[in-house]
Amino acid sequence: MALLAALGRFVLDICGFAGRLALFALAGLSHLFRPPFYGRMFARALVEIGYFSLPVVALTAVFTGMVLALQSYTGFARFSAEGAIANLIVLSVTRELGPVLAGLMVAGRVGAAMAAEIGTMRVTDQIDALATLSTNPMKYLVAPRLLAAAIALPLLVLIADIIGVLGGFIIATAKLGFNPHTYLANTISFLQTMDVVSGLAKAAVFGFLVALMGCFHGYNSRGGAEGVGTATTSAVVSASVLILAFDYVLTEMFFAR
Amino acid sequence: MSGVVPMIRLRGLTKAFGDKQVLAGIDLDIAAGTSLVVIGGSGSGKSVLIKCILGLITPDAGVVEIDGVAMHTLSGRAREKARARVGMLFQNAALFDSLPVWENVAFGLLARHQVTRRQARAAAIEVLAQVGLGADIAGLYPAELSGGMQKRVGLARAIAARPDILFFDEPTTGLDPIMGAVIDGLIVDCVKRLGSTAIAITHDMASARRIGDRAAMLYGGQIVWQGAATDLMASGNPLVDQFTHGRREGPIQMETRR
Repeated sequence: MALLAALGRFVLDICGFAGRLALFALAGLSHLFRPPFYGRMFARALVEIGYFSLPVVALTAVFTGMVLALQSYTGFARFSAEGAIANLIVLSVTRELGPVLAGLMVAGRVGAAMAAEIGTMRVTDQIDALATLSTNPMKYLVAPRLLAAAIALPLLVLIADIIGVLGGFIIATAKLGFNPHTYLANTISFLQTMDVVSGLAKAAVFGFLVALMGCFHGYNSRGGAEGVGTATTSAVVSASVLILAFDYVLTEMFFAR
Repeated sequence: MSGVVPMIRLRGLTKAFGDKQVLAGIDLDIAAGTSLVVIGGSGSGKSVLIKCILGLITPDAGVVEIDGVAMHTLSGRAREKARARVGMLFQNAALFDSLPVWENVAFGLLARHQVTRRQARAAAIEVLAQVGLGADIAGLYPAELSGGMQKRVGLARAIAARPDILFFDEPTTGLDPIMGAVIDGLIVDCVKRLGSTAIAITHDMASARRIGDRAAMLYGGQIVWQGAATDLMASGNPLVDQFTHGRREGPIQMETRR
């Protein structure tokens, strides 16, 4: 009986969390369409998420492309299929690794920062202060971040796609002896618009999820420094899990036959 | 007070957090232009009372009326408009870390799109002067200021939009006695200059007597005494007397957890 009660409490907690998160997301989205709009907050978030994440995303992409070239060469050599490396790299990077790895890196960098900043504002009464100054905290803090992240991550992923493919190209031509022209021709001829578009669409969803989890956990943090720390950890973990889960759902939507 | 609508009117205000009944039916009238100091021990619900009045916490039951308008009947935007009549100095100033001092002070003006950024900066410097701070700190960030200066900036932010009602949450907590007296003096000057109605919560008795025209004591979730602030030290109420004189023995027993 006690086990059933515990299970019931767990299910109710999950349902309650999902409901609160959905209401929070809807409230944040609804403020995107109702004035006043805080352009400066949006621009600041766009720079913070997009521009300042560029180095870490670029490094992740270039090394991913390089490792992918080495690993796929080793594997494909067993079947004398080394020529498919260019195709494999461009598909892997644009469809999967670009958006997923960029999403995870941004979740670690930006999601944590959002949760810490908003969480600190919560526990130091700054969010209450906003309300007393005729400013809706959801409109001022949450809505601009949701929009900025959903726009910035696809831009980051577009750059990551190019850099990732470049990483593979460098290893393939400089180390594995591929002809540069043939490699590039293979890459371009095999790539379809949908490969890139699906990756960018995934990135927009991942960006939204990262900002949503950062804002949600920060906004609801309680209990001083420890609460802010917990919110930060929860933001990164939940955003990472959601990115992987939504990656599957979106892949099903785009490519399932 | 019969016939005159009080600026703030509370009836049956109730709030509980879990099993703990923090407010248990608060009835309180605050006339326009007067300053009320609410005293009470730590955890007695003073901050909850202010947050309920401001609408930052939703009470379980009861009515909060500001200038005759019941706050719970207002929609989101109307409530934001009503809050534009209110200024608040938070316990730890609650300045926005990411904004310089002048933007903190002018935040309300900018949020209401009443002024350009240049005008807002000029207005902020003017208000900073009213709380004894120079233009040289306008570009600094809150983390670069001392506790006393942060309180002054918080006060400047609270009065910048010339509100009808001012709230002060523990305005002198964490300050040395001289700085505490300075902040109290600034509060009294600002309230008089603006003709505002003020509510301050504190457990600093010297501050309570300096700021308040009237005083009320919150204990057990209820207002157990109210009267002139000058009567605080000789109220004749055993709860108030024990609290104001800081006696260990008396009807107030400190809550302990076993």
